[in-house]
Amino acid sequence: MKCGNCEEQKSDNRDARGGVSGLKKIKVALAGQPNVGKSSIINSMTGARLHVGNFSGVTVEKKEIYIEKEGYEIEMVDLPGIYSLNAYTPEEQVAKNFLYNEDYDLIVNVVDANALSRNLIFTFQLMDMKKKMILVVNMIDEVEKQGGAVDRHKLEELLGIPVILTSAKEHRGVDEIVDYVIEVYKKNKPKNKLFYDERIEEQIEKLIRVLHKSPHFKDPDEARFIAIRLLDRDEEIYKTIHDLPIFIELHEMLGKIYKELEMEFDEESTSDILSNERYALSKALVMKTFKSPPKRVTLTDRLDKLLIHPVFGLPIFLFLMWLLFQITFEVGSIPMDLIDAAFVEVSNTIKAVLPSGAIQSVLSEGIVPAVGSVIMFLPNILILFLGINLLEQTGYMARAAFLLDGFMKRFGLQGKAFIPLVSGFGCTVPAYMAARTLKNPKDRIITMLVLGFMSCSARLPVYVLLIGAFFPASHAGNILFIIYISGAILGLIVAKVLRTVLFKGEPEPFVMEMPPYRFPSMKALSVELWIKAKLFLKKAGTFIAGASMVIWFFSSYPHNSQLVQNYEAKMEAAANEAQKVHLQNELAAKELESSYLGTIGKTIEPLFAPLGFDWRVSVATLSGLAAKEVVVSTLATLYAVGDADEKSGTLIERLRENISFKAAVALIVIIMIYSPCIAAMSTFWAEVPQWVWRGFYMIYPNVMAWVAAFGVYNLLDFLGY
Amino acid sequence: MKSLTECTVGCEGRIVKIKAKDPIKGRLVSLGLTKGSEIKILDHTLAKQTWEVESDGTKIALRDEEAATVFMEPKGSCE
Ligand SMILES: Nc1nc2c(ncn2[C@@H]2O[C@H](COP(=O)(O)OP(=O)(O)OP(=O)(O)O)[C@@H](O)[C@H]2O)c(=O)[nH]1
Ligand SMILES: [Mg+2]
Repeated sequence: MKCGNCEEQKSDNRDARGGVSGLKKIKVALAGQPNVGKSSIINSMTGARLHVGNFSGVTVEKKEIYIEKEGYEIEMVDLPGIYSLNAYTPEEQVAKNFLYNEDYDLIVNVVDANALSRNLIFTFQLMDMKKKMILVVNMIDEVEKQGGAVDRHKLEELLGIPVILTSAKEHRGVDEIVDYVIEVYKKNKPKNKLFYDERIEEQIEKLIRVLHKSPHFKDPDEARFIAIRLLDRDEEIYKTIHDLPIFIELHEMLGKIYKELEMEFDEESTSDILSNERYALSKALVMKTFKSPPKRVTLTDRLDKLLIHPVFGLPIFLFLMWLLFQITFEVGSIPMDLIDAAFVEVSNTIKAVLPSGAIQSVLSEGIVPAVGSVIMFLPNILILFLGINLLEQTGYMARAAFLLDGFMKRFGLQGKAFIPLVSGFGCTVPAYMAARTLKNPKDRIITMLVLGFMSCSARLPVYVLLIGAFFPASHAGNILFIIYISGAILGLIVAKVLRTVLFKGEPEPFVMEMPPYRFPSMKALSVELWIKAKLFLKKAGTFIAGASMVIWFFSSYPHNSQLVQNYEAKMEAAANEAQKVHLQNELAAKELESSYLGTIGKTIEPLFAPLGFDWRVSVATLSGLAAKEVVVSTLATLYAVGDADEKSGTLIERLRENISFKAAVALIVIIMIYSPCIAAMSTFWAEVPQWVWRGFYMIYPNVMAWVAAFGVYNLLDFLGY
Repeated sequence: MKSLTECTVGCEGRIVKIKAKDPIKGRLVSLGLTKGSEIKILDHTLAKQTWEVESDGTKIALRDEEAATVFMEPKGSCE
């Protein structure tokens, strides 16, 4: 029924269009198989900054980009890649739903010139929809460089739709797309040029005749599409006809047709018959229009000889990961002192310029040092992101998935889960989204439940701070690597437990495309890094500044004048300078303890006492639930306030004085395991509708974090640390 | 007729049968692994759990369970 209804809505919408802004609107669906460069084309056309990467399943949610030209407002919808209309994974389903149910004017079908025949099979499925359509043959630069060519005009003639050759990388042909969109929009639908074997066409005709009996399928084009999709065993379409009065007749007829065709073609299913048809058709088309480049050993072949070598592949992968964390720590630490000094300078300037009082205090003691303590880690974070980005852009990501599949299978996951897990090292939010590329709902939920153990880049500041304070500098990079790897291993173990206890059953089969290696474009890399840097600074300037203001306020109020008077009297009576300073420090500490935050901290302290945390670390740990960087800024604020002589040493020194080694390791363990930030939690809620899993997700990481930290603390204690 | 997992690296031939059931079969087909298409075995992991094949310029990674359902007629001897 649904289809009929939305047909009606469509015509309503159309009438209402073109009014408000005076611009006529054209809505374009950008569809195609994964990794053909759909998002890159939009970026190249419009200067947008959609995320691209050299593996299948980069885009997992549709994105709209607007262009204005010649009095038209063109809305380009970048869809997730989809291999076939018989969608397989949830992100493909997003694309399919859009293509089936949304109201749009034409389809721009992007194909990869390197794999034309495979791509055209999907093109034929799209052509069955009988929408206005343009074919964009992308990556033409790669084919031509190897000595191949595509005969554009021949292809146009045979398909009966406009064809554009493009290279998003070299900005070739992409501007033509808009012109063609406008032109095709104005023209009438082209005549159908795509016919199947006569015996199939005969059956399609029969189905159309029955479909025409229903008022929903009066349109011959739509009826033909529905008939073909029924033969292609498209379950969605089957469901839409299920409630129609003609269903019984149709159902009986379908059964007969399936049997007849399957006998005649000697195939298991009519969908196989259609696939074979499309395959033969695309072969024939490619033969006539494509000059294939001479076969030779490509760079990809040579690299793969080494990088996915049965014996050396895994060690190389581990080495690369180790190298990444080494560089993240070592190189990232270089500008740290500079940044730190800059913020101290800012604080001092504020103190000098502003009159003393609450405002001066909140700025110079609350916000600026807290924000500075976090921004200090921007270089580390950028290096880590650069590494992840290189992994995505070069095509190595798919290789890593290949190498790890056997290993992951033992833990009840599959190789493809590696992709969201690695994105998790950057940020958990997009990683939850990326889990959409996993077909099996069980695989997906398991992956999402353990994703939090992949330490995100926001935890990096906490780790780097604690490592710097409590471990020898020579091992810092290794410790960081160990922390990230332990998180990953813990994730795998938990996945295994979840798989055996809660989600019995085999993991989904692993079938994945391995893209050729591509040189990352420097421009794309710098744009991505710039976006990351901007987001981080914005977060530091707004969210973290706000949080540290709150922390500062609650740690400075209420004023206990009784206490101050007592101490002032004592200080008067102090015998020497040293005693005076001692008393001053004691006062500051007492004041902090009697503040609102101190009261809260004292209340929760018993919970964390078994881990060796004092109330300040306890408060910092809890504040990390908002965002992990806040742990650092909170520690900075709390340990600065308690210190009367403010110039004495850095945060690192204060931490060393106040926290034991055992407690520091326990803190690292907690940070590694407990719930991610609010943003990640709300993404999980949006992606997982089941209340059971939402509830489970909120509780188990925190319980586990505490237990693990307790274990580690006592183990270290036992070992005599 | 041999299943992919019975072949060695470097083996080339033509696909003659895919025994996998839908939806995996559909996925293999839409990646270009159909009856009649050419195929070459590129690589497998140490434990032969995951395989890499090439068909029509596309490289595809798949697990042994899936690879065992794809049958090919090897060109020449390929032991
Ligand atoms: N050489 C070359 N590379 C390209 C071209 N267009 C895109 N690429 C690269 O191809 C890869 C895939 O690009 P994307 O834009 O992410 O592809 P997509 O179709 O959006 O992929 P999904 O979102 O996964 O469906 C990236 O590594 C791009 O840099 C091109 O015209 N020439
Ligand atoms: Mg994309």
